[in-house]
Amino acid sequence: MPFWKKLEVKERLREEGSNMPVAEYIGLKAINGPFVLVENVKGAGYGEIVDVVGPNGTARKGRVVVLDERATLIQVFSGTEDLIPENTRVRFLGRELTMTLAPSILGRTFNGLGEPRDGCGPVFGNLVRNVNGSPINPMARVYPRDFIHTGISAIDVLTTLVRGQKLPIFSGNGLPHNRLAVQIATQSRLLGAENFAVVFVGIGIKHDDATFFERSLMEQGRTNNIVTFLNLADDPVIERIAAPRFALTAAEYLAFDLGLHVLVIMTDMTNYCEALRELGVAQGEVPSRKGYPGYMYSDLASLYERAGVLKEGKGSVTQLPILTMPNDDITHPIPDLTGFITEGQIVLSRELDSKGIYPPIDVMVSLSRLMKDAIGKDYTRDDHPNVASQLFASVSRVEEVRALAGVVGTDELSEQDKASLKFGEYFEREFLNQGEDEDRDITKSLDLAWSILSELPREQLTRVTSEELRLHIKKF
Amino acid sequence: MNSLGTIVSVNGPVVKARAMRAFGMREMVRVGELNLWGEIIRMEGDEALIQVFEDTQGLRIGEPVRGTGRPLSVELGPGLVGKIFDGIGRPLDVLLEEEGAMLSRGVQVPMLDRKSLWTFKPSVKKGDAVAGGMVLGKVQETPLLEHRILVPPSVEGEVIYIRQESVVTASDVIAKIKDVYGNIVDVPIVHVWPVRKARPYRERLLPNEPLVTGQRIIDGLFPVARGGVAAIPGGFGTGKTVTQHQLAKWSDAHLVVYIGCGERGNEMTQVLEEFPQLNDPRSGRPLMERTILIANTSNMPVAAREASIYTGITIAEYFRDMGYHVALMADSTSRWAEALREISGRLEEVPAEEGFPAYLPTRLAEFYERAGRVVTLGGDEGSITIIGAVSPPGGDFTEPVTRNTKRFIRCFWALDKSLAGARHFPAINWLESYSEYAKEVEDWFSTQVNPKWGDYRDKVRALLAEDEKIQQVIRLVGEDVLPDEQKLVAFTAFLLKNGYLQQNAFSEDAYSPPEKGFAILEIILHFYEKASELVKRGVPLSLIREGKPVLEIVHVREKSKENIMMEISDLKRELDAFLEKVGSERKATRGRV
Repeated sequence: MPFWKKLEVKERLREEGSNMPVAEYIGLKAINGPFVLVENVKGAGYGEIVDVVGPNGTARKGRVVVLDERATLIQVFSGTEDLIPENTRVRFLGRELTMTLAPSILGRTFNGLGEPRDGCGPVFGNLVRNVNGSPINPMARVYPRDFIHTGISAIDVLTTLVRGQKLPIFSGNGLPHNRLAVQIATQSRLLGAENFAVVFVGIGIKHDDATFFERSLMEQGRTNNIVTFLNLADDPVIERIAAPRFALTAAEYLAFDLGLHVLVIMTDMTNYCEALRELGVAQGEVPSRKGYPGYMYSDLASLYERAGVLKEGKGSVTQLPILTMPNDDITHPIPDLTGFITEGQIVLSRELDSKGIYPPIDVMVSLSRLMKDAIGKDYTRDDHPNVASQLFASVSRVEEVRALAGVVGTDELSEQDKASLKFGEYFEREFLNQGEDEDRDITKSLDLAWSILSELPREQLTRVTSEELRLHIKKF
Repeated sequence: MNSLGTIVSVNGPVVKARAMRAFGMREMVRVGELNLWGEIIRMEGDEALIQVFEDTQGLRIGEPVRGTGRPLSVELGPGLVGKIFDGIGRPLDVLLEEEGAMLSRGVQVPMLDRKSLWTFKPSVKKGDAVAGGMVLGKVQETPLLEHRILVPPSVEGEVIYIRQESVVTASDVIAKIKDVYGNIVDVPIVHVWPVRKARPYRERLLPNEPLVTGQRIIDGLFPVARGGVAAIPGGFGTGKTVTQHQLAKWSDAHLVVYIGCGERGNEMTQVLEEFPQLNDPRSGRPLMERTILIANTSNMPVAAREASIYTGITIAEYFRDMGYHVALMADSTSRWAEALREISGRLEEVPAEEGFPAYLPTRLAEFYERAGRVVTLGGDEGSITIIGAVSPPGGDFTEPVTRNTKRFIRCFWALDKSLAGARHFPAINWLESYSEYAKEVEDWFSTQVNPKWGDYRDKVRALLAEDEKIQQVIRLVGEDVLPDEQKLVAFTAFLLKNGYLQQNAFSEDAYSPPEKGFAILEIILHFYEKASELVKRGVPLSLIREGKPVLEIVHVREKSKENIMMEISDLKRELDAFLEKVGSERKATRGRV
């Protein structure tokens, strides 16, 4: 079943290889930051790709962002340095930003514009797709229900990851989000399996981080299950906008055409949003909160909504975007808008990290929206929903008691409160804390949860049933 | 019909075209070779600005713009119920069949299926005098819903032809009416209505009957009336969508219109998978038989997001005109406001606050005022209740959309991040929320459920407010130093929070009829009264609150619904026995001293 039935014809795509221009204009009216203005353009298309040819004859790619018969605004991907207005040629290529797809993309590394970065030459294939994708018809989706086993207690028990979900990691500078992402990717019990692939896209990331990911993912899995898109911190800012779109186009192809289960790691989405702001401001748009463009929600949604499972098709796209919250502020527009689109979030805490807890997941603000349908009987274990609910309630109480203890001192606390404090310690040291290569089975994680809950008095265990208590805690 | 313009510029969803003098303001147009759907939103001299409901990538300068001769409209007739439409009313099941899993552009499909067969039963006969809004005949659309075919609002006259009881399709004419001037008007079974125009009714009524939602905190503390307007604001992760789904599932409306406006695709899928499986608690029929979905997911074009709200409310009005009580959920109105902002920004309008256009409050008011309990043109009573989710950035209720929404709604269910963090669901904050309908619907609850309804509501709210003060003290100095009276208030509030206010959306407790809620309240308040007496007599609270029947109050809401009322009265007996025992033991010890 072709997923894009009539689409390819409708989008009037031309072959990727054909870089024959449909029109060429000489001379620019204005150059402003990453934008150039061309006058009196006829027949250009909105979103069309152009080659901007500078004085030394090398072409750089650009895209039409405002189409007007008097002056057409073009965003130049690799920057506008040394362009001379008088003799710059702009070639309209008559096509939108596209990517050639073939099974051979597995194992390859591309730049933010989908061009090979590994020196292995271009990808050959007959399938060419617009990287902007198309919205998935909600009727074509299947509600994600397949539990992904990550082997990390805090995630498996409390913020369960589901196949086809988009679950971001909200982190801060200096927190171990990269290590966590690699651990999730490697322990998902999928890497190494025949039908599993990782698409990694680095957006404005440091060379060191890129190397870390490359090495860790390759050590763990087989290199030919990974497709990498890299836009490094010193690469052109505008390519940051394109990079995730190429990556998701590749992911959709692997999932819905080839039937693979694809995990897309996108880091760092903060750099993506910063690039969006930079371009918005340069274009003179009316900004909304903190100078970010008003369409940032829709723009982020056009990326995140490309996760999911389809009725017709074997594969799935699961997204694990990583973003660093500016000043660790979760109400900042970047994490805020992301949280409204994604199906939950895994939030890392600086406080836990400084206590030496890894992974430092703040379970109270973390959430997996798809969890309720993917756990419990027939999925994980009967008691899972209640255990999770009880842990949330108890940890929430720990926070209250800690605040109180900060005022009156630990000695003044009631027995109930002291029990909570003790439970809090166990929860962090025994349950949250685990090794970077420690892979805990879900059964083990749940048993562990019961064993720390047994530290609490009976009155505080209101979210689990009496039968469950009898079954799992010896003393009741 | 055949007017033709030319594209001169494209900026995101906004297209400018020339040679547009023959077009009408708000006319629907087809833009470019891709035949994208658009709507004219501004005319300047020879030029017109068009907001395009589909992605504009690939449009070219010089391509044509064609007129359709009508404003953005929906088709109203049998075949709406149980379906899912996009923001401008295209059926997504047909699109899936014709276009595949990905939504493509420029597709034209009729909103209502022309092949479906319906059995039409006439209600009037030849020679009858009819006027707009009167029932011409009926079609049993789903076992839950009888579709009444009405005389279009502006038509009045004598029936000169009426179709006899027979099988019809959506393209058939079912009546001919001769008006006073002798013109003969064909009345097809399907009629078309522009979405931005509110459908007329005869008169407005005061909303004084509740929309029973089966949610204890809503029905019990902050009820919404049929024909009322409520808002659910909350930051991400506070459970707006789950609450909206709960209301869509369990409200006692004849029809539910659910607009997924700028939200997740999976959420619409969830409704599509879940609703056919769930049964309406009153009739036992699948919920899908009374539900209509409008989906503009967050990655679909923003201009269609702006339209989706109007598409939904127009459908709701159509069913209201048949004399039904309709509930409309809009999730989320913030995304709709942001769509307005984006279009406004592209038009380079001077922004008011945070980039939102200055006309935001006007548009919000126009939308919310289309709710109401009315006498229809046909003389029946019908209502639309609007429940709008609001997604304030950073959970800050002072931002423009929340603040302006508050001006036009009368019921406010504030979702609270800290409650959600503690997994207290629904995370409706009982101190910040309010309902102006509470007094108006009290009579209904007093007669239908229990005369003490209003009294208990006041008591519970007072207890919870007092608890808040006590909690502040506890946060500062701990619980131990408080006198037992105050500890008892805090403990009763604990019982209320865990045993009454919390309600698990994914268990038997998901639907809680008012009688059950009242019975739980009764047992908690009964406990409070009895325990207060004991505490006054000097019985230590610690003895009371450890009792098994006392702790059991928290769990009684989870008991299976068949014999819940019996369970509650059993528990009450046990509780009384226990408190009696504690009291008498205490007396005995005292006697010895």
